[in-house]
Amino acid sequence: MTKPRTYQTPAIVIKKTKLGEADRILTFYTPELGKIQGVAKAVRKPKSKLSGHLEMLSYSLVTLARGKNIDTVIGSQTLKPFLAIKNDLDLLSCALYITEMVNQFTPPETEDPQIFNLLAFTLEQLPEAADRELLLRYFELHLLRQAGYRPELEKCVMCRKTLETVTNSFAPSAGGMLCPSCQRLGRHYGYLLSPDGLGVMRFIQGGDWESISVVPVDCSTIAEIERLIRSYIRHLLEKEIKSALWLDSLKLESSQSGKV
Amino acid sequence: MEKTLPQATDAVNRLIQEFSKLPGVGPKSAQRLTYYMLRASVEQTQALADALLSLKQKTQLCSCCFNITDTDVCQICRNPQRNPALVLIVEQPQDILALEHMGIYKGRYHVLHGAISPTEGVGSGDIRLKELIARLSGGGITEVIIGTNPTVEGETTAMYLKRLITPLGLRITRLARGLPFGTELEYADDVTLSRAIEGRQEF
Repeated sequence: MTKPRTYQTPAIVIKKTKLGEADRILTFYTPELGKIQGVAKAVRKPKSKLSGHLEMLSYSLVTLARGKNIDTVIGSQTLKPFLAIKNDLDLLSCALYITEMVNQFTPPETEDPQIFNLLAFTLEQLPEAADRELLLRYFELHLLRQAGYRPELEKCVMCRKTLETVTNSFAPSAGGMLCPSCQRLGRHYGYLLSPDGLGVMRFIQGGDWESISVVPVDCSTIAEIERLIRSYIRHLLEKEIKSALWLDSLKLESSQSGKV
Repeated sequence: MEKTLPQATDAVNRLIQEFSKLPGVGPKSAQRLTYYMLRASVEQTQALADALLSLKQKTQLCSCCFNITDTDVCQICRNPQRNPALVLIVEQPQDILALEHMGIYKGRYHVLHGAISPTEGVGSGDIRLKELIARLSGGGITEVIIGTNPTVEGETTAMYLKRLITPLGLRITRLARGLPFGTELEYADDVTLSRAIEGRQEF
């Protein structure tokens, strides 16, 4: 049986690139098709009917027509506009980081509804979260797990012994924690991680957002975990997540202006 | 066995190669343009070559607004008829063309030469922001109009600009974002509609 010529799917726009005079190639993340691409014709013209429904972060119901090389977007209707995100610089920057992470950690055309749910859920929670940084760590650890890179936090990755409540270290190249004696062997570069930090990481990795969001976490602990996860991501992708650098520069500026 | 292609001369190949480097020009279009040039008169070819060269030799960026100009400062910044206290910030020089075509705006401009795009690694240091802040701090300006594109990148830039300019105590306005002329309401998206309602005006 031949596939129908057009198909419809809910989708979140996670990347866009310009094409030709007025077109764009869009990368969508969808619940049932995974990461797909489509070309949207003439969306850079002001009179385009579709452009408002196909901007970055749009959660829309899109209709695509199958093409030889790439599918063409022929219809789009916004499902969730995420207005609160688009009107705030910090929220928008976090949201762009989230979409870039999803784009980097997912292979094309591989179905994973859980990643879609995580993406949609994180974007929805972003404006409401009391602790935005905690939400980002939750997103990162759960995305890593879903993408097959769940860091090992219970046992030492070398000797397989359960970790004791001392300062252990996190080794990005080994994919998890090292106990102090294995760390001393010096085979992997490890970042020291306090027992508190490890506890919080395990809690985030194992729990759902409803239970995590109500627990107050010290911001220095979150910063400690952020540094570890960032180095782990850098090790996995062999590059930086570009929007993370922008988030850093925003954070730095706001801390500087706070001091003055 | 490798197929032998009919050989064009070196000069022809060279031009095809140069044309195909241009945006939107594929190998076939490059070939068509090249063979067109081959048939064109010497004067026409010379005029094209001159135009291309003078584009590079006779243009520069205006030291005040960073628009593309043949004289420093540019015609707009020099014009005494235009209000120097009003600065409209745009992403690209082409945006000025569109705004000038309309002919209603009588202030000056500032071209950023890009927009902040976190996912492409374009940060605040990669566009002409420092120059803008220096210009605004220099005095004589009372109102800044933010005219970046209504895309995610343009919005990011606009919100960042607001954060930077607010401490200077100037009036900051943003080009209205609403329904484009000649379109139909039913196709409008939520962001546009919400802004069109927020920004509605006395009729």
